[in-house]
Amino acid sequence: MTLQEPQIQVEGLWKVFGDDADRVFEPEYESKTRDEIQEELGAVVALRDVSLSVASGEIFVVMGLSGSGKSTLARCLIRLVDATRGAIRFDGEDILEYGPSELTEFRRKKIAMVFQHYGLLPHRPVLDNVAFGLEIQGMDRPARYEAAKAAIETVGLDGWESYYPREMSGGMQQRVGIARALAVDPDVLIMDEPFSGLDPLIRRRMQDELISLEGQLHKTIVFITHDLNEAIKLGDRVAIMRDGAIVQEGSPEEIVTRPADDYVADFVRDVSAAEVAKLRAAAEAVATGGSLEAE
Amino acid sequence: MVGAAGTQESEGDPDNTSLAAGLRSLASGHPWLSGTAVVIVVLVASLLIWGPQMDFPTTVSQTEQPAADGRTVVLDQTIREVTGDAIDDGFDWLTEEGDFLFDGVSDATAWLLVRIEDGLKWLPWVAVIAGLALLSFGVGRWKLMAFTTLALLYLGFMGLWSNAIDTIALIVVAVAVSLAIGLPLGVLGARNRLADNLMRPILDAMQTMPSFVYLLPGILFFGLGKPAGIFATVIYAVPPVIRLTNLGIRQVSPEVVEAALAFGSSPRQVLLKVQIPMALPTIMAGINQTTLMALAMVTIASMVAAGGLGDDVLRALQKNQSGNGVIAGLAIVFLAIIIDRITQSIAAENRERLTAG
Repeated sequence: MTLQEPQIQVEGLWKVFGDDADRVFEPEYESKTRDEIQEELGAVVALRDVSLSVASGEIFVVMGLSGSGKSTLARCLIRLVDATRGAIRFDGEDILEYGPSELTEFRRKKIAMVFQHYGLLPHRPVLDNVAFGLEIQGMDRPARYEAAKAAIETVGLDGWESYYPREMSGGMQQRVGIARALAVDPDVLIMDEPFSGLDPLIRRRMQDELISLEGQLHKTIVFITHDLNEAIKLGDRVAIMRDGAIVQEGSPEEIVTRPADDYVADFVRDVSAAEVAKLRAAAEAVATGGSLEAE
Repeated sequence: MVGAAGTQESEGDPDNTSLAAGLRSLASGHPWLSGTAVVIVVLVASLLIWGPQMDFPTTVSQTEQPAADGRTVVLDQTIREVTGDAIDDGFDWLTEEGDFLFDGVSDATAWLLVRIEDGLKWLPWVAVIAGLALLSFGVGRWKLMAFTTLALLYLGFMGLWSNAIDTIALIVVAVAVSLAIGLPLGVLGARNRLADNLMRPILDAMQTMPSFVYLLPGILFFGLGKPAGIFATVIYAVPPVIRLTNLGIRQVSPEVVEAALAFGSSPRQVLLKVQIPMALPTIMAGINQTTLMALAMVTIASMVAAGGLGDDVLRALQKNQSGNGVIAGLAIVFLAIIIDRITQSIAAENRERLTAG
């Protein structure tokens, strides 16, 4: 896996919100903190020189507290937010260079996103929500319903096709969100805190299901979270963000046993190496067992 | 007096500067104090110069005209006259240059109105009442159906049927035109900040302008008759549907719009598959308001010979017949309630379907 060409390669990515965005790159601001820049220029540095690479088929977790820039990073990867500087190479192509039609094609075929608050269409039943991505592509009704039904089955929601989102629990709505993303058969899934709004029991079950799904599908997943346990359990590799920059990147074991600085050390204080091993082993078991529990 | 004050200031009299400095320091602490001081100075100065009960200088120029008896008469031309004349000229120009357009619009509206009126009058009244009762039952069950039936029977037995149908035809056409103009403008305002900023003050003005004012350009462009009434009604009734379409689209959850974009939706797909369906309850509320305002204006439009129930009210007014006025007024109220309840029930159904659980 390490020898493979990375699927996503982010190089020197910056995102600055505000009118004076370009002045942030002047030499005098190079050594200043994010708060200082915000005070002096009124510009918010959401991403600061972020570089990372994600290999095909791995779960790459980006972890950080709120305001760390992790959601902005996720939105940059699908260009819901346009980065100020840098490059995002997707199978070698810089998606920041894409014109409108190439971008549309990229979003339709290569990448899909799962949202924290699901982002479902309240006026459509489950089947039409899941088929949305295919409908946008112009696929005819029977074909897209067939693909949508398969995706609904994959997330264990068979029988719920004609229900409306408001009639379902949060966990089930998020399964619809995941099914919608899977239905277009993307190369990469961006998941922006997909389980943060769920209660702990459901969250754990959804994590197990995601691991088991990944065991079958081998999608490349960029997973955003603020929960360290979730990061350790799901991530093949984990990047920790603070104030728009990545402070450490590595395997869960590395992060816990060799924290790069005090900030990370403080973060992982309550987790021991033994616990990491246990969490990973449990995840491993789910992946190989490959069983899907229904909620 | 003014000159004296001026020289004093320019000389930089030491007392004066210290006073100014004192005022300034006072002002920095209490901004409203310096404001009050300025007002007092202006008040005293103008009283001293012009005395009490001064008039606005409204005269632009004076022309002397020889009167019949050999004396000359001085005629004042006021700012208001000049401005009014300029606006008149503008309308005259528009009427002349836009003649072909206004004629076309006028003919088209008249044609459409006649079709609707003839169609509704051709149907036996029993059929019309049964149809509307059925529609009421469909959206509002027994209560609405009972009300609709009784109200329509009232119209018929009071001999107001034909005029009520004229009014309905006017409303249908005016609302159709309002929606054809208002929905696209609402969408434009929701998606384009510049358009929104331009439209907002115009809509404010349209809604505060006394509705009678719209009758005049209506007559100028279209002459007396139904098209002039439709014109005035559309201008009066179009703001709510523009505003609420705009608002409804803005209120759509940004995450749902993001999700639609993330799956590669074009702006058009976002609009048609996400924004408009989700904004529908709000848009329906706008259509409801537009319809009711159209009814109100259609009544007033009888003053430009647009016909309908407004005619009955107007005639009662001119002949000082209170009884007839109340009878025709009630007929309009009943029509309004029927229209309001039916459109609101449809809107409520939409809202219910959309409320997220």
